Amino acid sequence: MKYLPRAATLGPLLALAVACAFFAARSDRFWSADNLSLVLQQVMVVGVIAIGQTLIILTAGVDLSCGTVMALGGIVMTKFAAELGLPVPLAIASGIGVTTAFGAANGLLVSTVKLPPFIVTLGTLNIAFALTQLYSQAQTVTELPSGMTVLGGTFRIGGTSVVYGAVLMLALYVLAWFALRETAAGRHVYAVGNDAEAARLTGIATHRVLLGVYVLAGALYGVAALLSVARTGVGDPNAGQTENLDAITAVVLGGTSLFGGRGVVLGSLIGALIVGVFRNGLTLMGVSSVYQILITGILVILAVAADQLSRRRSA
Amino acid sequence: MGAARLTILLACAAVATAAQAQEPVIGLITKTESNPFFVKMKEGAQTAARANGVRLLTAAGQNDGDNAGQVTAMENMIAAGAKVILITVNDSKAIVPAIQKARAKGVLVIALDSPTDPVDATDAFFATDNYQAGMLIGSYARATFAGKPAKIATLDLFPGHPVGAQRHNGFLKGFGLAAPNKSSNELGRPPQVVCMADSYGNQTKGQAGMENCLQKNPDINLVYTINEPTAAGAYTALKAAGKAKDVVIVSVDGGCQGIRDIAAGGIAATAQQYPVKMASLGVAAGVAYLKTGKKPSGYTNTGVTLIAKKPVPGVESKDVKTGMEQCFGRRP
Repeated sequence: MKYLPRAATLGPLLALAVACAFFAARSDRFWSADNLSLVLQQVMVVGVIAIGQTLIILTAGVDLSCGTVMALGGIVMTKFAAELGLPVPLAIASGIGVTTAFGAANGLLVSTVKLPPFIVTLGTLNIAFALTQLYSQAQTVTELPSGMTVLGGTFRIGGTSVVYGAVLMLALYVLAWFALRETAAGRHVYAVGNDAEAARLTGIATHRVLLGVYVLAGALYGVAALLSVARTGVGDPNAGQTENLDAITAVVLGGTSLFGGRGVVLGSLIGALIVGVFRNGLTLMGVSSVYQILITGILVILAVAADQLSRRRSA
Repeated sequence: MGAARLTILLACAAVATAAQAQEPVIGLITKTESNPFFVKMKEGAQTAARANGVRLLTAAGQNDGDNAGQVTAMENMIAAGAKVILITVNDSKAIVPAIQKARAKGVLVIALDSPTDPVDATDAFFATDNYQAGMLIGSYARATFAGKPAKIATLDLFPGHPVGAQRHNGFLKGFGLAAPNKSSNELGRPPQVVCMADSYGNQTKGQAGMENCLQKNPDINLVYTINEPTAAGAYTALKAAGKAKDVVIVSVDGGCQGIRDIAAGGIAATAQQYPVKMASLGVAAGVAYLKTGKKPSGYTNTGVTLIAKKPVPGVESKDVKTGMEQCFGRRP
C-alpha cells in the first residue's frame, strides 16, 4: 500500500508546475512572493475543508455538505460573538462544536445506520443550508470583535506578508499527512477504504473508524469556517456554496481515488492550489474566470481517468 | 516528489523574467458571468477602456450571492496592478471589509448598479435610481387601472437586498399606496398586496412564485416583478392558469428579451436601465483618477426610462422601438 501509483502522485504536481510556468511566462506579476502568498491565502478555506473531504473519500465516502456546514459554523460563531456578546474563544468553540456535531450526525448515519454517504450528506447539506438561512435571517453578520479575524492578519517573511490562516492550513496538512501515514488510526482509514469487510475481519472496528473520520472532518469544517470569517471579516450566510464541490474537486485533482483506500492528503493541497493558481493567473492575464471552470472540469476528468487506469493496471 | 518540486521551481524561474508592457489597469467585477445585464456592462466597459487606452480586467462571482469569489477577484486584480475597481456587489455588507482593505491601499472603488451597505464604503456609486424605476411602473399601472380595485402580487428579489426593496416600495408608491421610503430595506405590504414571493430574479422561481400566489388568491390582477425573467416566469404561470389576459404584469430592467415580451404583450411595461452607461461612467471616472488623482464621490443616477406598448394618459413612456435600441442582451 505504500507504493502509490506514480501517475496519481506526480500528475497533480506536474499540472501545477505547468500552470505556474505558463502564468509566469504570461504575466510578470504572477511569480512574485506576494502573489504566491495571495494564492495560498485564497485557497486556505477550501484547503482545510479538503483535508476533511480527503479523510472521508479515503474511506470510499463523500461529503456533499462540507461547504454549507462550514457556513453554518461561521454564522454561529459570528452571531455568538457579535450579537450575543460571548467571549471570542467560546464563540469560536461553539461554531466548531456545531460543525463537529454535523460531522458526528453524518458519521452515525453512515457507520451505524449504514446509509450511503452521498444521500446522507445531500440531506445534511440542505439541513445546514436551511438552518444557516433561518438562524441568520439571510443577513450578513458584521461588526465582529477583532479577535474573530486574528487568523486573517499577516506577518512578514522577508518582504512578503503571509496570512496566519495559510500557515495554519499548511500545519494541518502536515499533521494529517503524518497521522495518515504513521499512525495506526491513519492506516485503518486506508484499510477501511480499501476493503471494509477485510478490515473488519482483521479486527479493525470499522464503524468507529468511519465515525471518527466524519467527526474529524466536521471539526475541520469548523476551522475552515473560522478561516473564512477571518478572510472576509464577516459572517456570510451564503458562504460555502461553491466550496461544497470545490473541496471534492481539490481532492480528486490531488489524485485521491473516489473508490477509497488510495491517495495522499498532500495531493489535495496541490489540487486546491491548481484551482487557485488558475483563478489568480487568468485574472492577472485579463482572461475571464469562466476558463478556470472549464479547465478545472477537464482536469477533474483527467485525474479520474488516471486513477481508473492505474487501478485496472494493478488489478 | 523532490525532483518534481525542483522542476516547478526551475520551470517557473526560467520564464519569470518575461515582462509585459505596463499600462494602467482597471478591474470590473460583476455579480455573475452569465446574466445579460452584466455581459452588456462588460461590453460597455471594454469599449470605454479601449477608447481610453487602459487595460480592463474582468471577473465575477460564481453565482449570485457569491461574496468570497468577488473578494478573491478583487485581490487578484489589485495583484495585477489595478488602481481602480468597479464592482457590482453580490453581498452589500459582506464585501465591505475587503473594499476597505483595497481603499487603504489607495485603490479607487466604485460600486455599479448595487450599493454597498453602508453606501459610503465605496468612493462613489453609479446606478439606476431603483425607487424611481419602481415609481414609473407603479404610476403606469395606476393609470391603466384608473380606479379599478387592484389585487397585487409582488415577485421580489430576496430578503434584505436594497435593490429589491427600492423597486418594490417605489412601485407601491407610484401606484399610490402607502410605502416605506427610499432608504428602507423593508418591503411595504399594504392590504392591496395579496401575495409576496421571492423570485431571486430567476424565471423558474418566478414561475413557481406566481403559481403559489395564484393558489393563495386566484383574483390577482396586477403583478409586479423584480426583473423580466421573473416576469416571463409569472406570465407562463398565468397562461397555464388561463389568466394571462386578465392580469397586468409590470417589471424593471429593459433587457432585449424583456422588450420583446412587451412587444408580444406578455409584459405591459418595464422601467429600462442602462448598464453600459454605468460601465462607461465608471471607466471614465477611473481614467480621470489615474490621470489627475481626483476621486469621484457620492451617487450618480444613470437614468431610467418607462417602456410600454400602450401609452397611458398622464404618464410619459417610450415605445418598444426605442426600448429595443437601448436594450441589453441578444438583439433580434
